[in-house]
Order: sequence, then C-alpha cells, then structure tokens
Amino acid sequence: MTAPATTPPPLHLVLGEEELLVERAVRGALDAARLADPTADLTRTRVSELTPPVFAELVSPSLFSEGRVIVLEAAQECSAEIADAVLGYVAQPADGIVLVVLHSGGGRSKAAKSLPTALKKVGAVVTECAKITKPAEREAFVRNEVRRAGGRIDAAGVLALIDAVGSDLRELAAAAAQLVADSGGSIDEQAVRRYHRGRADVNGFMVAEKAVAGDRAAALESVRWAQQIGVPQVLVADALADAVRTIARVSAAGRGNPNQMAGELGMPPWKIRKAQGQSRGWSAGALAEAMRVVARVNAEVKGAAADPDYAVERAVLDIVAARERR
Amino acid sequence: MTGPVWSQLVGQEPAVEVLSAAARSAAALVAGETADSGAMTHAWLFTGPPGSGRSVAARTFAAALECSTGTGCGECTGCRTSLAGTHADVRLVVPEGLSISVAEMRALVQTAARKPTTGHWQVVIIEDADRLTEGAANALLKAVEEPPERTVFLLCAPSDHPDDVTVTIRSRCRLVTLRTPPPDAIARVLMERDGVAEEMARWAASVCGGHVGRARRLATDEDARKRRDAVLRIPLGLRRASDVFACADDLISTAEADAGEESKARDEAEQDALRTAMGSGGTGKGVAAAKRAADAAVRQLEKRQKSRATRTQRDTLDLALVDLAGFYRDVLVTGSGAQATLNHPDRAEDSAVAARQWTPASTLRRLEAVLACREAIEWNVKPRIAVEAMVTTLREG
Repeated sequence: MTAPATTPPPLHLVLGEEELLVERAVRGALDAARLADPTADLTRTRVSELTPPVFAELVSPSLFSEGRVIVLEAAQECSAEIADAVLGYVAQPADGIVLVVLHSGGGRSKAAKSLPTALKKVGAVVTECAKITKPAEREAFVRNEVRRAGGRIDAAGVLALIDAVGSDLRELAAAAAQLVADSGGSIDEQAVRRYHRGRADVNGFMVAEKAVAGDRAAALESVRWAQQIGVPQVLVADALADAVRTIARVSAAGRGNPNQMAGELGMPPWKIRKAQGQSRGWSAGALAEAMRVVARVNAEVKGAAADPDYAVERAVLDIVAARERR
Repeated sequence: MTGPVWSQLVGQEPAVEVLSAAARSAAALVAGETADSGAMTHAWLFTGPPGSGRSVAARTFAAALECSTGTGCGECTGCRTSLAGTHADVRLVVPEGLSISVAEMRALVQTAARKPTTGHWQVVIIEDADRLTEGAANALLKAVEEPPERTVFLLCAPSDHPDDVTVTIRSRCRLVTLRTPPPDAIARVLMERDGVAEEMARWAASVCGGHVGRARRLATDEDARKRRDAVLRIPLGLRRASDVFACADDLISTAEADAGEESKARDEAEQDALRTAMGSGGTGKGVAAAKRAADAAVRQLEKRQKSRATRTQRDTLDLALVDLAGFYRDVLVTGSGAQATLNHPDRAEDSAVAARQWTPASTLRRLEAVLACREAIEWNVKPRIAVEAMVTTLREG
C-alpha cells in the first residue's frame, strides 16, 4: 500500500467472527480510504440499532464529499428492510464512501442469511475471518504473524509458543510480535522458553487422558496446571467420569469393529477406537472401582468435599491406583 | 366425634383425633365462647413418611378450620374450596422447583399478616417445608413464632430431623406425626374412592410401601406397573458386563422421558400464555422495547421450568431407587429367615433366589450402593454417572 490508490474499493464484506482478524480488516479498509483522503473518518454502528432513514443519512453524499468509512457491525442480525436499504445503496454507491459490512456468516432471517451472497454479486471485496479452531490453522496463524513482524520461527517454536500462550489469537499475535522484537528475528523453541513458561491450555480431557493411561506423574502435573489457570474442578471431574465411563462401556461391549459399534453405543467411531486402545490396561474390577471413584469425585466437587482441588487430585491418584491393582 | 372431611386421611386415626380436637377448640374460639385456645395452636408441623398424606392432612385441617357449618362437614363451600386449594384465606405454597426462595417467603409473611376475609382463619400451608432454603426458613421464623390472632401456619416435611426442618422452625411448631398407613386401609380407600377391583387394590396396597399416591398410580396406570417391573428385573438381570450400561440407560431414559413428557406440553403452553400477556405480535412504536422485556420474562420462566423438569426427573429416579432398595431389603429379610412383611411380596421368588446366591454382606453392599446413589443425586451428581456407578456395584456385589 505504498502508492496512493485513487479510489478505494467502495464495498467490503468481512465474513466470520474471529475478532482480531475482523478488526484488522476494518483497519485495512480505513487505511486504504485514508490513502485516498487523509481526513476520512470512521463510523461504526450495529445493524440492529439502525433504521433505513438513519442508514440513508449515513451514506448520503455530502457537500464537500469528505471521505467516510461506514462500518455495519453484526449484519447477520439485520432485518429485511435494512438489507433492502443496503442492497439499494450498493447498486449506486456514493463517491468517497466506503461501506464495510461485518457478517458472521450465519443469521436468523432469510434476508440476513442471503446478504453476503448478494453483496458478493455486486463486487464486494471479501475478507474471510472464520474462527480458527484447528491446531494446524493456529500454527499457520502464528507463523504468519511472525512473518508479518519480519521474523522466522521453526516448527518446535510454534508449538512451544501455542502451548505457553494459549489459543487466544490476540495474545498469540502480541507474543509473536514481541518475540520477534526481542530475539532479533529468528525464533526457536529456546527463545520461546526464555520468555514464556508454563502451559496456558490445560483442560479436563488432558487430565483424564493421562489418568486413564496410568501416567501418574503427567496426570498430576496437568491437574496442577489446570488448577493454576483456573479450570473449574467440575469440568475436570466430568472429563474424568467421561473417560472412565467410555472405557468401561467400550470394553463391556467387547471387541469389534468401531464403525459397527458406533450406532449401538451411541458414540463416534474415533472415540470407540481410542477407548479400545485405552482399555487394554484395564480389568473389569479396576474399571468398576474407577467408576465409583469418578462418581464420588463428582459429588465432592459439587460441595461434598471441603477442598475440591484436593478431591480432584485424590481421584486422579485413585484412578491410577485402581488401574495398577488389577 | 370427627367430621366426615377426615375420611380423606387414610389410616391416621391418632393424628385425626388431635387435629379434630384442635378444630373444635378453634371453632369455639372463633364463636367467642371462650378465650382459651385449648387444643388449638398457631403453627403445626406435619411429618411422616412419603405418601402418608402430609399435605392431605394439612389441607383437611385447613378445611376443618374454614368449615362454615361445623368442624369439617366436607360439604360446605369452605371445606370444598380449602381441599381444592382455592379458598381465599388458604395460602398454598407448593414448590415445583428444587427449593423455596427467600423472596417467596418474604411475600408470604406479608400476606400471612392479613385478617381472614371470607373464612375464619388465615391459613398458610407450606408443602415440602424441607425444600425451604436456610435463608427462606429464617425469613419465616418471626411470623411462625407469633402470627396475628387468626393466622395459622401448617408446614409439611418428611421428618422433624434438622436436615429436613431447621431446629428453629421445628421448636415453634406443634408436631403431628403421621404413620405409614396399613395396607388394608390403603386397599379399602382404593376400592371405595377410585373404584379399583379388589384384587388389584390389594396388590397395589401390598407393594406400594405405604405410599397412598403410589398405590393409586400403580393400580390405575399400566405404564407405572411396567416401569416398576423393569426396575425390579435389574438385580437378577445383571449377567454380562454390558448389561450394566443397558440397565443404567434404561433407568435414566425412563426418568428423562417422564420429565420430558410431563413438562413439554406444559412448558409451551406457559410460554405462549406469558408471551400473550406481554403483548407479543403487536406492531407499532415501542414494540422493540416491549419485546426485550418479554424475552427477559420468558427466559426467567424457562429457568423455572428447567428447575421443575430437573425435579421431576430426580423424583422419578428416586422412586426407582427406592423400589430397588426395597428389593435388597427383602433379600436380607428372606435370607435371615425373618417373617417380616416384604416390600415386594409379588417378587418373593426373586428375592429368595437372590438370598441363596448372595452372602448377606454382598447384599448389604448392594443396598448401600443404592442408598449412596440416592445421596449422590441429592448432591447434584449427574444422574448418569451416579446410576452407572451404582449398577456396576450391584453387579459386582
């Protein structure tokens, strides 16, 4: 964006809910508009608070045609009349006005749902900002961030950073930029470890997985991390119960093809396959014991025990002990 | 001499005597014949096992107090409206959710302070006083201790144990203990009032564990009988490891279905009524603001409905667990050779088989597991987790 564009694209469509990316798209549109007209100002309104006349006022050309960037937030909530007003305007856009429509991609009413397609048809600049959920996407995001900040990062460094910072994109972006500045461009695992320690994302399922695998040390470590970052004990207890029950159910059903058992057990095949692997170290007696332990801890974290943290820890130890006793 | 209205109370002769004496004193008091309150007092606590008729006792007593022709004729407007819960001076608190809140009780104290309008007494009945939260019980204390001249509090609870009723409330009430009604009395009531055939009535009375309402349900509802059969098949039906989960699933899904069925139709009707009351479907200025308020009210209603559904589910599950516990008790009784009456006489063969197979110690462990499961559900443990742990123990012994 070095050469000043004479006319910025008059219509942007930002699809998705990833807040950081949406913000960036808005900022990008504003920057582009300011290249053309440095005095361009930004107006943000929620679509649900908008009426057609107010919208018409927002986008009507002004006397001196100052640059304006109008951001319509949460367009998935728009009513049919607003959608009509927007589509009516974009057919004949006014000079110097940039309209940015933020849309989650969903929407309840028909008008709200079909708005993105209609905007794409009239040539909106589309920016996709879908929520990042897959680990691979998150890793790609971190790599991208580092590159944006002008550095490089290796694969181990990416994993270490996500482990330590968590999955919040804003924090990841900030941490990546900071690391590039601190380490002089090239980031590896050691560099990450120098500035970040600990684990940001521990959930009940990680604890449960380690406990039913009989890995006492790792299970206790993750329990402590979970306590540290404030994972509610009830969630940990539920995850423990779910893991033990799943193994018990699957091993009670006997050996078989996971795909065929899925319907009968009411679980997805991958879960059955995993539980079949986990059930190898468990005897029937041990599972019965573990079932009682998880039922107990479920009551304890809901007020039956004086100290729920201790109750969870004890349950993890008891599960591992039950598995070893067989 | 007791009024005909007392026939509602099945097999509770001692309690009826106390209550009708109180009603006579109350009538004398109202008529101004005496200033001595005699057998009447301002706060009563009815306790007794489930199904013994605590709330019936309270309503009947209210009817006797409000009776316009004597002390419980069962015919006059006062009697009939009190029994139906529509009398203007009889305030009924019937919790549908999991607990009774402080706010509810504060409002109640206000109304309790009023004079009776059409009847002789301002009667406040709190069914399930064991569901009072601690704060709610405290809000009630002052009013229960010293109500206005013509106000009387009737509280119902399973027992006067501090777990059920706080000691402070307990000490301000006169206690009326109801007993488990004898099977003969239950059978008679089923035949006379509900027109059940004698054989069925006798069977229902023998297996209901002294719970009149349950006996009626079993005698008249085919589904209830089926459900009971399914529950009682569990103890001897746990052969393979996978049976555990099948049985647990059964127990949970029946409870869920029960709650779902009962509440769904009701929930929707209530929500529609509320939306209409809040002016849904309107057009014009100010509709948006009104809609927001309506949505908030509906959300609140949904919360209450959810609490009600949870309670129905728990109650159904609890019923099944009580039946199960009764079976294991029968096994213990049979094994010891005692001649005590069985909880499930129609399952005597099963319990005899079980008594031969299991040692008393393992039967006791199973019984403990059932009771522990009831307790766990009380603690808000997810029913599925608690029930599966229980059934696992039932299989193992």
